[in-house]
Amino acid sequence: MSAIILFLAVIATIVGWWLSQQRLTAKPWLEEGPIDDFPGTGAMTSPAAKIGLGVFLAVAGCLFTLFISAYSMRMNMADWRALPVPKLLWFNTGVLVLSSVALQWAYLAARRNDIDGVMLGLLAGGAAAVTFLVGQLLVWQQLIVAGYFVASNPANSFFYLLTAVHGLHLMGGLAALGKTTARVWRSTEVTEVQLSVELCTIYWHFLLLVWLVLLGLLTGWTDNFVDICRRLLS
Amino acid sequence: MVDIPYDAIAGVPPAEVPDVELYHPRSWWTRYVFSQDAKVIAVQYALTASAIGLVALVLSWMMRLQLGFPGTFSFIDPNQYLQFITMHGMIMVIYLLTALFLGGFGNYLIPLMVGARDMVFPYVNMLSYWVYLLAVLVLASTFFVPGGPTGAGWTLYPPQAILSGTPGQDWGIILMMASLILFIIGFTMGGLNYVVTTLQARARGMTLMRLPLTVWGIFTATVMALLAFPALFVASVMMLFDRALGTSFFMPSLVEMGTLSKYGGGSPLLFQHLFWFFGHPEVYIVALPAFGIVSDLISTHARKNIFGYRMMVWAIVAIGALSFVVWAHHMYVSGMYPYFGFFFATTTLIIAIPTAIKVYNWVLTLWRGDIHLTVPMLFALAFIITFVNGGLTGLFLGNVVVDVPLSDTMFVVAHFHMVMGVAPILVVLGAIYHWYPKVTGRMLNDPLGKFHFWVTFLGAYMIFFPMHYLGLLGVPRRYYELGEAAFIPPSAHSLNAFISVVALTVGFAQMVFLFNLAWSLFKGKLAGGNPWRATTLEWQTPETPPGHGNWGKDLPVVYRWAYDYSVPGAKEDFIPQNQPPATPSARGALP
Amino acid sequence: MYVALLLLLVAIGSVLFHLWSPWWWTPIATNWRYIDDTINITFWITGFVFVAVIAFMAYCVFRFHHKEGRRAAYNPENKRLEWWLSVGTGIGVAAMLAPGLVVWHQFVTVPPDATEVEVMGQQWQWSFRLPGKDGRLGTTDVRNISSDNPMGLNRDDPHGQDDVVIDNGDLHLQVGKPVKVLLRSVDVLHDFYVPEFRAKMDMVPGMVTYFWIKPIRTGTFDVLCAELCGAAHFQMRARVIVDEESEYHAWLEQQKTFAELSGRSAVTRATYKSGGE
Repeated sequence: MSAIILFLAVIATIVGWWLSQQRLTAKPWLEEGPIDDFPGTGAMTSPAAKIGLGVFLAVAGCLFTLFISAYSMRMNMADWRALPVPKLLWFNTGVLVLSSVALQWAYLAARRNDIDGVMLGLLAGGAAAVTFLVGQLLVWQQLIVAGYFVASNPANSFFYLLTAVHGLHLMGGLAALGKTTARVWRSTEVTEVQLSVELCTIYWHFLLLVWLVLLGLLTGWTDNFVDICRRLLS
Repeated sequence: MVDIPYDAIAGVPPAEVPDVELYHPRSWWTRYVFSQDAKVIAVQYALTASAIGLVALVLSWMMRLQLGFPGTFSFIDPNQYLQFITMHGMIMVIYLLTALFLGGFGNYLIPLMVGARDMVFPYVNMLSYWVYLLAVLVLASTFFVPGGPTGAGWTLYPPQAILSGTPGQDWGIILMMASLILFIIGFTMGGLNYVVTTLQARARGMTLMRLPLTVWGIFTATVMALLAFPALFVASVMMLFDRALGTSFFMPSLVEMGTLSKYGGGSPLLFQHLFWFFGHPEVYIVALPAFGIVSDLISTHARKNIFGYRMMVWAIVAIGALSFVVWAHHMYVSGMYPYFGFFFATTTLIIAIPTAIKVYNWVLTLWRGDIHLTVPMLFALAFIITFVNGGLTGLFLGNVVVDVPLSDTMFVVAHFHMVMGVAPILVVLGAIYHWYPKVTGRMLNDPLGKFHFWVTFLGAYMIFFPMHYLGLLGVPRRYYELGEAAFIPPSAHSLNAFISVVALTVGFAQMVFLFNLAWSLFKGKLAGGNPWRATTLEWQTPETPPGHGNWGKDLPVVYRWAYDYSVPGAKEDFIPQNQPPATPSARGALP
Repeated sequence: MYVALLLLLVAIGSVLFHLWSPWWWTPIATNWRYIDDTINITFWITGFVFVAVIAFMAYCVFRFHHKEGRRAAYNPENKRLEWWLSVGTGIGVAAMLAPGLVVWHQFVTVPPDATEVEVMGQQWQWSFRLPGKDGRLGTTDVRNISSDNPMGLNRDDPHGQDDVVIDNGDLHLQVGKPVKVLLRSVDVLHDFYVPEFRAKMDMVPGMVTYFWIKPIRTGTFDVLCAELCGAAHFQMRARVIVDEESEYHAWLEQQKTFAELSGRSAVTRATYKSGGE
């Protein structure tokens, strides 16, 4: 459970830092008036959707970290047999990186007020993400053909489980991306869609980060890192 | 004392927060059924939670009939008994209390109390309710599938939960986990709303330190729930894999009814860690909203500001943070590495300190107050008694070595019912008596309310206080019948029968309450906008019940904290939060 | 003021119930009197706090309930009072926690002279195993379980041959001898629970858990399962009998070893002879 404790410590630090800006030691009964003297203590001024995405990323991050916690506890049991990493996984990773890059391009285009660039970036990003998902399905197929079934070893079970959960998150993102693309299609003003594009981009980068961490875990790269952490703790 | 330039106040613009474009319902369906108005969603949540809660209440009668009069009721067999306890626990903890406090009270009170027009994502908010309803329906459907609902206990410990020795092993457990997954998805949608609305849609002048403690409680509980429910999600998904796909996340090599199973190598303790990583914060997810609401009830009905508001806020935050590092106190006798016991006993008992501060501040608020013994106030006082009782027995169970003889006995059952069953339910009831006038525009009937209060409070206390002593004696929990055991005297059976009779009485007293709810809807005394003469914003709406958009033309501006009761020099004994200062404040001179 | 009176009555009634309750813990049969003492300390501290808080509350309700013309005092906070109460609470908590942790340390530290006993749970019965002459328990594996090897001992392990296997019988312990109870399960979670022993621990399939006790009085005690283990959880019973030394050995001599039970005549007869040769 050390991974999730670490993750929550980070969340707690962010929350604690924010709370420390909110004058929690003020004596509210001594203060009357609308309080304009203390900027930053009122409601947040960022768009609700952006704050909402931030909170959602914390929740999704929590979910993935818990899976990672479970993974690292389960992998210490005697029956764990790591499974080979299909080559295709590297290709998929590359595609997902491209997808993120394309969305970043779209976001920058939105800031330049270049609506064609936005459209191009969104379509390219979406296509790459779909390619990634198809690639993941092919990885599953390869593994099944090679005899690595979901129930034959916990390492396999985790592989299918983690890739599935990540894929489902990406599919959710594709739904939002599709909606954004439709809005870009209809609108003429970039300012109307700039926020949506930005949120999609943030979510894509988050999923890329999650995927890189999962990849490190599934391919065993992080084993050494985990070992070092464990030694530091004990 | 902060000096606020006074002439700056006169010409303030009505709102700093840009007003939101509201969704306007176009038909009866979108107004009352597929509504995106948080107030309607709140009522939908509350009614659904109460309906499934009534099922759980009936299940508890079945359990008490069996425990009080073993062998008398042939229609309850051991399998059904386990199914009843499982569904009772699961429904009460998650589908009733969590949904009611956050989905019900959260939806109704957060926008009104922070001065917002609605939740920030109304469409997602609506979806949240419908996914929750689906989760409840899936849960309820398990009563009708072959094999019935799962009987694994609400903790759903593997391997037992998915093996054939447990009832509901076919469909019950699968649907239970599907329902939990749905609930968590639905809750996450709602939770995003509660958090972001509190962060982003507060009225001008509503700083964090001016929030009523109700909002603090619900807000903190929602943040905790958003971070804790994923653990249950992970545990459910992994167990679903174990059950449906034959993986071995939690399943070691084992012999199932004489034959070697296909499973191997997994760790049942891994599930317990994940489950309690959710399960312990869950206790406070239910408790913190209750803490917040009860603070406001006491302050309003004692006509006195809450004592030590700052400490109350800090304590809520501290409890919320600490509750994530105490989970393994549910696992002292689980077989985990025994030296963890030192750490978790220490953190668990430390959490008693902020909790105790809250209790002190509630009773100190009463000191030199002007206590109106209204029905909400009575429920608040009863909450303090039951919560103190349940909290103190928590000090037994949190102290690792004391937990060893008491764990898995009726002492545990009595403890958690007192602290997270009776106490929060008393707050729920008190809160309903308090806010019903705002929701419906009419008061609940007072004599019926007092009758309901005394039967519920004294009855519940008589059920659960003696039950601790059965646990001290050593009577284990989750037993269909005690059978022959030398250490259990006949008097223990009599006590069980007594508890059952009281439980049925208390159960039926709730029918009086339901009648009151229905009757007062049409015949209750008209309430007016602010019957309790309270300061918080929800009582200052231009219409009662509040209309769509809550505030009419202009959003409220907040000029003061939520507890300006009996301010010296003021004419009335309360000053609403949105009332501008009459004279340049002279509060620096106050004690 | 009937409300204040009733609130006070709840507190007083609780204390009276506590004092007069006929339901109290069973007479202890092991060395874990310290656990009972810790519970008693906790009862005193928490009982005091409970009565104090409720009595104060009842007094407030009595003294400050609404009357015509009453106005509440204005009193936002009192830092000093709050800090004193926090410190007092901290001391009370420490007074419960410190003895608790000391006793827990004893609980998890098995004395070196403790002999081992194994308890195995399965749906829904208990089996017991004692080390034979060699004083060591043989290894086990759930894959070995069969009708003539109910506890799944390894047939190739020489330490296991002389183990005394008690399938569906009573367990006997010798009074005054510390014993480390090793716990395992072959199917679901169970919990070996003897109320008079105070100690208990879950049995988890795939793991061996333990606790230790020193029986201090003879007698016959009921064994219950304290962790929900399926439909017949409530019927999972056995008995533990704590004997004087001579009776214990008399009982032990009648028990069959694993080798005898599995009918392997090639293995030398290894019935445990008490008191050496």
